[in-house]
Amino acid sequence: MTNCPTLIVTVGLPARGKTYISKKLTRYLNWIGVPTKEFNVGDYRRECLKIYKSFEFFRPDNEEGVKIRRQCAMSALNDVRQYLSVEGGQVAVFDATNTTRDRRGTIMKFAEQNGFKVFFVESVCEDPEVIAQNIVQVKLENPDYMNCSSEEAIEDFMERIKCYETSYQPLDEDLDSDVSYIKIMDVGRRYLVNRVVDHIQSRIVYYLMNIHITPRSIYLCRHGESDLNIKGRIGGDSGLSGRGKEFAKRLRNFLEEQNIKDLKIWTSQMKRTIQTAECLGVPYEQWKSLNEIDAGVCEEMMYEEIQEHFPLEFALRDQDKYRYRYPKGESYEDLVQRLEPVIMELERQENVLVICHQAIMRCLLAYFLDKTSHELPYLKCPLHTVLKLTPVAYGCKVESVYLGVESVNTHRDRPENVNVQRSTEDALQTVPAHL
Amino acid sequence: MSSTQRDSGASTNSTEAKKTDPRWNEKKCSWASYMTNSPTMIVMIGLPARGKTYMSKKLTRYLNWIGVPTKVFNLGVYRREAVRAYKSYDFFRHDNEEAMKIRKQCALVALQDVRVYLTEEGGQIAVFDATNTTRERRDLIQAFVKENGFKVFFVESVCDDPDVIAANILEVKVSSPDYPEKHRERVMEDFLKRIECYKVTYQLLDPDDYDKDLSFIKVINVGQRFLVNRVQDYIQSKIVYYLMNIHVHSHSIYLCRHGESNHNVEGRIGGDSELSPRGKQFAHALRDFIDEHKLSDLKVWTSQLRRTIQTAEELGVPYEQWKILNEIDAGVCEEMTYQMIQDSFPEEFALRDQDKYHYRYPGGESYQDLVQRLEPVIMELERQGNVLVICHQAVMRCLLAYFLDKGADDLPYMKCPLHTVLKLTPVAYGCKVEMFYLNVEAVNTHRDRPLGKNPRDSALIHRRNSYTPLSSHDQVKRPRLYSAGNQPWLPLAPTPSALMPERLQSQARTGGSCLSPCAKESTLMAAKKLVAVFASE
Repeated sequence: MTNCPTLIVTVGLPARGKTYISKKLTRYLNWIGVPTKEFNVGDYRRECLKIYKSFEFFRPDNEEGVKIRRQCAMSALNDVRQYLSVEGGQVAVFDATNTTRDRRGTIMKFAEQNGFKVFFVESVCEDPEVIAQNIVQVKLENPDYMNCSSEEAIEDFMERIKCYETSYQPLDEDLDSDVSYIKIMDVGRRYLVNRVVDHIQSRIVYYLMNIHITPRSIYLCRHGESDLNIKGRIGGDSGLSGRGKEFAKRLRNFLEEQNIKDLKIWTSQMKRTIQTAECLGVPYEQWKSLNEIDAGVCEEMMYEEIQEHFPLEFALRDQDKYRYRYPKGESYEDLVQRLEPVIMELERQENVLVICHQAIMRCLLAYFLDKTSHELPYLKCPLHTVLKLTPVAYGCKVESVYLGVESVNTHRDRPENVNVQRSTEDALQTVPAHL
Repeated sequence: MSSTQRDSGASTNSTEAKKTDPRWNEKKCSWASYMTNSPTMIVMIGLPARGKTYMSKKLTRYLNWIGVPTKVFNLGVYRREAVRAYKSYDFFRHDNEEAMKIRKQCALVALQDVRVYLTEEGGQIAVFDATNTTRERRDLIQAFVKENGFKVFFVESVCDDPDVIAANILEVKVSSPDYPEKHRERVMEDFLKRIECYKVTYQLLDPDDYDKDLSFIKVINVGQRFLVNRVQDYIQSKIVYYLMNIHVHSHSIYLCRHGESNHNVEGRIGGDSELSPRGKQFAHALRDFIDEHKLSDLKVWTSQLRRTIQTAEELGVPYEQWKILNEIDAGVCEEMTYQMIQDSFPEEFALRDQDKYHYRYPGGESYQDLVQRLEPVIMELERQGNVLVICHQAVMRCLLAYFLDKGADDLPYMKCPLHTVLKLTPVAYGCKVEMFYLNVEAVNTHRDRPLGKNPRDSALIHRRNSYTPLSSHDQVKRPRLYSAGNQPWLPLAPTPSALMPERLQSQARTGGSCLSPCAKESTLMAAKKLVAVFASE
């Protein structure tokens, strides 16, 4: 059973955060390079039913409802099989209530037949405030409740939960002692972890134990404009230009205005981020893993020089910017790997400002905004602009704040011609202006 | 700062004594240390022979290695100090009033030592290794912790598998100072009665009611199951993660360096050169060595530098490349000989000798950086069974220091000669080491600690990054060497096999080098390549 695909199965009453966990976990696994997809049985049901009338559909004595729901689950499992066995997926997250032992037994049999490992993630919560908060945040926007008022929706949803409660069989220490699972209680106050069998499950457990839902914001920005930026050169370890220093001052004002509670500030170990943080006049922490991507032999070169000396490398990079590794340097893929501990720590923390670099910021942003490896290397992260990310519902709200200090543009779009035989002109088509 | 070492009552191992000083200097802190603010007391809970001391020592070793000053306070040691001769299990009967008084007294003395360690000696974590099975005792500890402003995290080990318990007793209790006569059956009998004494008053942690506000992890049946409650901070989360990844199954870890490389022969450090002829011979010898030892399911890991990859290629078995196993980056000194470094950067050369562990090459790394980067390797080695790690001198020193519990002072001077395989087997509370020299000659790349007492230069203490106001000049940044290079006509860079369905062969390719590209791409994986370097099960 080495390297076999994993089926993660959520368990829990409605409004316990199963979909929140599924989506977040899927986003994390994809970001670290493990092909993962979620399969939400509710979506299948909406596809099948088209119109949701009321909670009556979920009553355990509603025979037709039960039949349709089982069909939807089967349909979803078929798609899971397709994804894991045929399409090359590595992890599938089966997001449904799965509250009965019977249903879970069916799933485990399915997994065994197909050679998948199973790992259950159960969310147990009895705090009425948390449940109410969940309903307001995600259920009211749900297609099921498009045409009713908030009060009606809440009332109906509470009835829906009741339909499941009577038949709910939580994972049990004794009856389910041979099953691999994590039981999350009270939004992470307590965890019960049983029989973690392999590396990916251990990583999943570690991740789930580090996330929280306390409201907070993450601020991402680059260092102020540097001397090498002005010259159009990549990499290096130069200091701030005059405008860069001005940005640092404005950043300080911005933070004071925002009045952020217990803000932590992180920088890389390169001059330009450290100098930016120094201006803020508050303690900050340096992470080596936040250092800019190492451009190897191309360090401190202008794009024009790279084209002149390494036209082949330049073209290859344009062909697959995510995976391309500079000779004696790094790739975006390498970056993601070295940034994983940073992400884990960002998940644990509350309010944080990360002062980093273009490639780094793209990787971090891709994690929060669920961007693919194709989009990641072309995300726009201009100088002198702060991005404020606030987790909301299943995703992340982004606010972009330009601090009004001019700077060069360092963003190079993918040129049209990425052929290795292309002309210099074609290669340099998208190079931004510089001195 | 002073490091007044206590007598045997305080320290459990001889090595403990020399650790507190070099490990604590707040300006030299490791990242892990920075993230820990108030001192934390880890309190073990459990009946005898439940692996408390095993976990205490292992955890302490791990925390010290990642740079968080930690010390174990084993109550048994204090008790043996107070009651010179152990007679029998009667001492532990809960109705033995005089014994109870002595035992409580020992606990108080130990707690005082904990306080001194955490507040005056610069310790950050104290592991209180005792049974702590009653609420009364735990309440006492909590009052102590509150009074001193420490955090507390409980680790309870619960086990009802009689085989595991019997094995524990045989492995560590039979050789305990309490049983000098070592007559197995008698030891077993007495010890089992001792356990019974504790069972009478054992009050397990109650997560639902009495103990619901405490921070703790309950380890059940040697890691089959865990209950984790209210993890408060970064270091507790790392402790939980560590405890969830260790196991007690017997396995061996083999550490060796790549075969001798061309740079080695020339006396150059770093770089990405290929194996010399003798290096290739070593690779063959290594293959024979593996065959001889008949290791089942041996995993082989290398770095992403040519010399380790070439070594692994000869073994004819699947292997995985880890970028984080790459040799220490010597920055501006890459590919120089020591003579050249001394000529070009005499101040740097001197600084390095003063504090080799913390010294960071300009534009490069320090041993301290290495430890941080190697932490995932250690975590994965703990999870795995039999592994052979083919790496580099500095890297091997760091890994070895973890297994053999060597401090920052000793780590950079550990002897890791070429063409020698070290076999590490966990045994009792430590690690057995066997050294196998594979009989292929090689140059010696070891530079001993320079003689004479070098004053600790204050300039070094303030250097925390490659940019400092105190660095000697604006260096030209030399290209850092990471990969084995890219094959110009294949844009996909080599990646480790990790979680992919098919184990891939070597993927090192260089433009026109002798390495033959033999990567098999699973077509299913072409869409999204896997990045994780962690080994598969």
